[in-house]
Amino acid sequence: MNSLHEAFGQAAALVASGDATLIEIVLLSLRVSLTAVLVAALIGLPIGAAIAVGRFPGRRTLIVVLNALMGLPPVVVGLLVYLLLSRAGPLGALGILFTPTAMVIAQTVLILPIIAALSRQAIEDAWSEYQEQLRSLGAGRLSAAFTLLWDTRFSLLTAVLAGFGRAAAEVGAVMIVGGNIDGVTRVMTTAIALETSKGDLPLALGLGVILISLVLILNAAAYLTKEAAQRRYG
Amino acid sequence: MRAPSSILPLVLESVSFVAGGRAIVDAISCEIGAGSRTVIVGPNGAGKSVLMRLCHGLLRPTSGRVVWRGVGTAAIGRRQAMVFQRPVMLRRSAIANLEYALALQDVARADRTRLAREAIERVGLGHLAGRSARVLSGGEQQRLAIARAWALRPEVLFLDEPTASLDPTATREIETAIAAIHACGTKIVMTTHNLGQARRLADEIFFLNQGRLAEHAPAERFFTAPATAEAAAFIKGELPWT
Amino acid sequence: MDMIRRTLVVAAIGGAALAAAPVFAQDKFITVASTTSTENSGLFKAILPVFEKQTGIQVRVVALGTGQALDLARRGDADVLFVHNKRAEEKFVAEGYGIDRNDVMYNDFVLVGPKSDPAKVGGGKDILVALKTIEAAKAPFASRGDKSGTHSAELRYWKAAGVDPTAGKGSWYRETGSGMGATLNTASGMSAYVLTDRGTWLSFKNRGDLTVLVEGDPRLFNQYGIMLVNPAKHPHVKKDMGQVFIDWVLSPAGQKQIASYKIGGQQLFFPNAKQ
Repeated sequence: MNSLHEAFGQAAALVASGDATLIEIVLLSLRVSLTAVLVAALIGLPIGAAIAVGRFPGRRTLIVVLNALMGLPPVVVGLLVYLLLSRAGPLGALGILFTPTAMVIAQTVLILPIIAALSRQAIEDAWSEYQEQLRSLGAGRLSAAFTLLWDTRFSLLTAVLAGFGRAAAEVGAVMIVGGNIDGVTRVMTTAIALETSKGDLPLALGLGVILISLVLILNAAAYLTKEAAQRRYG
Repeated sequence: MRAPSSILPLVLESVSFVAGGRAIVDAISCEIGAGSRTVIVGPNGAGKSVLMRLCHGLLRPTSGRVVWRGVGTAAIGRRQAMVFQRPVMLRRSAIANLEYALALQDVARADRTRLAREAIERVGLGHLAGRSARVLSGGEQQRLAIARAWALRPEVLFLDEPTASLDPTATREIETAIAAIHACGTKIVMTTHNLGQARRLADEIFFLNQGRLAEHAPAERFFTAPATAEAAAFIKGELPWT
Repeated sequence: MDMIRRTLVVAAIGGAALAAAPVFAQDKFITVASTTSTENSGLFKAILPVFEKQTGIQVRVVALGTGQALDLARRGDADVLFVHNKRAEEKFVAEGYGIDRNDVMYNDFVLVGPKSDPAKVGGGKDILVALKTIEAAKAPFASRGDKSGTHSAELRYWKAAGVDPTAGKGSWYRETGSGMGATLNTASGMSAYVLTDRGTWLSFKNRGDLTVLVEGDPRLFNQYGIMLVNPAKHPHVKKDMGQVFIDWVLSPAGQKQIASYKIGGQQLFFPNAKQ
């Protein structure tokens, strides 16, 4: 297809030009999504560990709900966060709608269930292997949870990467709460949506190629790190 | 070093453990005293491992009681350790696995390094201390598991089929380590399906069959003159076991 | 415990990373709710830097359909509204959500469609006749269907033509429920007729088989208005900076900037502020 060919040409030309606007958009994308991943991991990993190791009423329901929330539509998340942060909403006084902070919040909400659910699974698998040994050594559930978080770190990296992939790729939530404001909240995905609506499909696709390449590079780096570490630690 | 007040003897009062409607351990009463090496033998599915977990406290009896009758009954969990058939090592260095166990017992940081180093040298793994525990061979991991238990200086050490998945060389090394731990004054309670191993290590034998304690005798007498027909059949290899 | 310490370290790094992010914020700015036509046509990109350089006020444009933009402003999420649906804007002001609406500029709508022109409306000067003909031919027609200014205008034309296009829903009348660009993409893909503002059309690149068929009808006149969101309703509205922006847009300097924005030599918007 001609326009596919054109898209890769556009992507190469964009990267080669070192266009300042493009760099700004790429950096904002990374900053928003990485911050969201960081926050979601700090909250989601302990939640995953707690559910994996804990025994409490409603645990199974919680697991089902968490698994279902992995499929949250970004637009719904965007709308919910918008209504929260809107001036007319409960958190309107913060005045952070249409800022990168709002985008971080929306993406955090979006990927928190992914990180929590995937880490819950990984930690629970490890827990069934480690449980007797750790209890025998005198570890309580809390300290077992921390031990498992560290011991399953390579699997958890995959959970975190899944969250990052979702955050970097979604457009619905950041479009609504960020507003796609030029130079302020325009990220890769909203820029792609904008160029599409302007009918500049090659440019949109070119931006898409760059986005995918970035996610690919990050994943490859993480994978290699993980592999090297796994060879060392078993 | 013997703790000033022992937690032994361990007394089982009509202990049963039911799972899936089946009595895996069926009304066992006995007393496990200090000093000797107690070896639990019996055919496959006799309930050896479950009995061991009931003693160690990993399982709660469905009925009956497991009681430590000794004087020093505070912090019983810290006075006993267990080695499992398949050792579970954390993703960190061999020595760090030992230090982790010591940390869980609130051993001061400065002492941890020293105790861990001592224990790992004792099982002859000092040269592998910095290696990641999970990349060690099965035999090395099991020796490390024994070192981990040893570092805790338990009064009682439970071992559940510690050599079941090991080759003869590794088995010999484990047996040497067990003997050394016993020589330091630790009470040994272990299960095995290896009758040769039972002959080599046991002072007294608990013979389990179908969840019941069929015979309890000094090792010598058990092997030369078993009191029950079941035990005699077992020694002759006529009962199925693995 | 080691693990807890490690976790705390990670948390601290995370906290620091978040705290180090105030670069995000810049306080001298206003938020303008506007339409996709003004944003997508590139007008704002051309004129805003001039204003920002003069005043130091950053203008953050959230581009939506006029209906959505009005909703946004009604909730107090914008300081200034810059849209093109005069009736809705007047209602907005009458309800007390906005103050002092002013005409800014106009452009016009054009009816575009496939070059093959199955309904044979090309070259006509009467939008109402064209729409009646399309309906009669049951030729595919793509509608925004999103309560935007363009959508409202389109519905007004259908009504004036005495045609109820919603009867053709699911067959020849197709509502995309999306922005102008997306609707043009759709129309291009299925060779449908579509009503668009000229600005978006001129800057639109994926035209495919589409071409302008009907233009020049005075009814196709498309008026843009600007107003401040009422600070009495929403006290946080940056009324001073917002007013500076409005005054500039309506001033001869601002109007000159609008007039000078061209694509391929063609002027997109015609300033008509009453000063």
